[in-house]
Amino acid sequence: MISFKSFQLELDTRHDKYERLVKLSRDITIESKRTIFLLHRITSSPNREEILNESEVKLDAVRQKIKQVAQELTGEDMYQFHRAISPGLQEYVEAVSFQYFIKTHSLISAEEINKQLVFTLEEKEETTNTPSSNSHDKQQHTWSLKVTPVDYLLGVADLTGELMRLCISSVGNGDIDTPFELSQFLRQIYDGFTYIGNTGPYEVSKKLYTLKQSLAKVENACYTLKVRGSEIPKHMLADVFSTKADMMDREEGLS
Amino acid sequence: MSVSEMFIALQGSLSVDQDVREEIRKVVQTLEQTAREILTLLQGVHQGAGFQDIPKKCQKAREHFGSVKTQLASLKTKFPADQYYRFHEHWRFVLQRLVFLAAFVVYLETETLVTREAVAEILGIEADREKGFHLDIEDYLSGILTFASELSRLAVNSVTAGDYSRPLRISTFINELDSGFRLLNLKNDSLRKRYDGLKYDVKKIEEVVYDLSIRGLNKETSSAGGEK
Repeated sequence: MISFKSFQLELDTRHDKYERLVKLSRDITIESKRTIFLLHRITSSPNREEILNESEVKLDAVRQKIKQVAQELTGEDMYQFHRAISPGLQEYVEAVSFQYFIKTHSLISAEEINKQLVFTLEEKEETTNTPSSNSHDKQQHTWSLKVTPVDYLLGVADLTGELMRLCISSVGNGDIDTPFELSQFLRQIYDGFTYIGNTGPYEVSKKLYTLKQSLAKVENACYTLKVRGSEIPKHMLADVFSTKADMMDREEGLS
Repeated sequence: MSVSEMFIALQGSLSVDQDVREEIRKVVQTLEQTAREILTLLQGVHQGAGFQDIPKKCQKAREHFGSVKTQLASLKTKFPADQYYRFHEHWRFVLQRLVFLAAFVVYLETETLVTREAVAEILGIEADREKGFHLDIEDYLSGILTFASELSRLAVNSVTAGDYSRPLRISTFINELDSGFRLLNLKNDSLRKRYDGLKYDVKKIEEVVYDLSIRGLNKETSSAGGEK
């Protein structure tokens, strides 16, 4: 049947597009993850500015990939391919919100993220392959991608895990102010997620559990600092947080 | 915006989304009810006596499809037109079922395969995504595969009812369908799984035809009263 030949074409085109988007999503995930690892090094590095600049370069590269995603999705229903790009976008949200927090100590909004995902390309008439160009005409192409509220939420939930790590590692470097600040910040986020409760899809509720654990770790760190921070020299703080056995020994010695 | 303000806004949009889905679910339930009615009606053709009534059943089924049209029109209003795939999962199953039923009716009437455009017309929706609420190609194909299974059952029951020519026509039809499906490059999803069932339907119908031919029954069509 001839109609099946056209079905074959339609399905193949759809599947190919899906695969291209999956590949882009994977690239986005990898590069975002690397940005996060880079940003973690900020606690132990003297060169804060340099790391922040490098992270911006990396995130710009990720945004270029997102632009390609937006181009692929022109004229399509985004939701048809959402499962292909969702993991990458969540990882991107995690990376960009991490960088934003390090710079401003606040949470980046979804609107702010989406503002950065509007891409304009101005083409001058030079190119002879543009089919519809008039002479001496500038063509403006705009592509944009909106991160869905759910992807934003899931990215922020993963962010809390990174912030927890940031907290623990900053203590290890003698920074005793960041943990308290992080604790307050994480609590605000946790309150936000509690407010959402089960209104969101089940993936959001699942993340809530890990979020609670991260918050607990940070709160325990603050507790330890408060109770014992003044008694222990800064350079030994790292040991306090490394093993529980260590903490038990100290208890014996400091009674 | 403070963190709490952001989350309040997010919760708002999630809550709106849930409300939309609730509305969609209600309409889909009415669609499912109508689909069940059509199915019960058409299932009657498998019985011996049912063969006589085929034109009447098709007509009644068409009337039910009228209600389907109304219900689908109502469904279209429940969400923004450009977010079809956001909520697609809610009506996927019932739409596939309706494709199957439409294909069945058209086959009983004309013994041809209903086209995607024809199904869209019966249901009162579009065939292309660009034009609005449409029939997704994978849903169309899934519905057709369910219809193929129904045909293999019809072939068996035709013989039982004494119609020895229908299975032969069904056999030609399903072989054509099978070669059509073989052209498709499918991914390992639910459509692929359903397609895998097609070969069993083909086999079953082949066996029916074989049973008839070795007993010379297919030559007796005139005396057995082959019906269309």
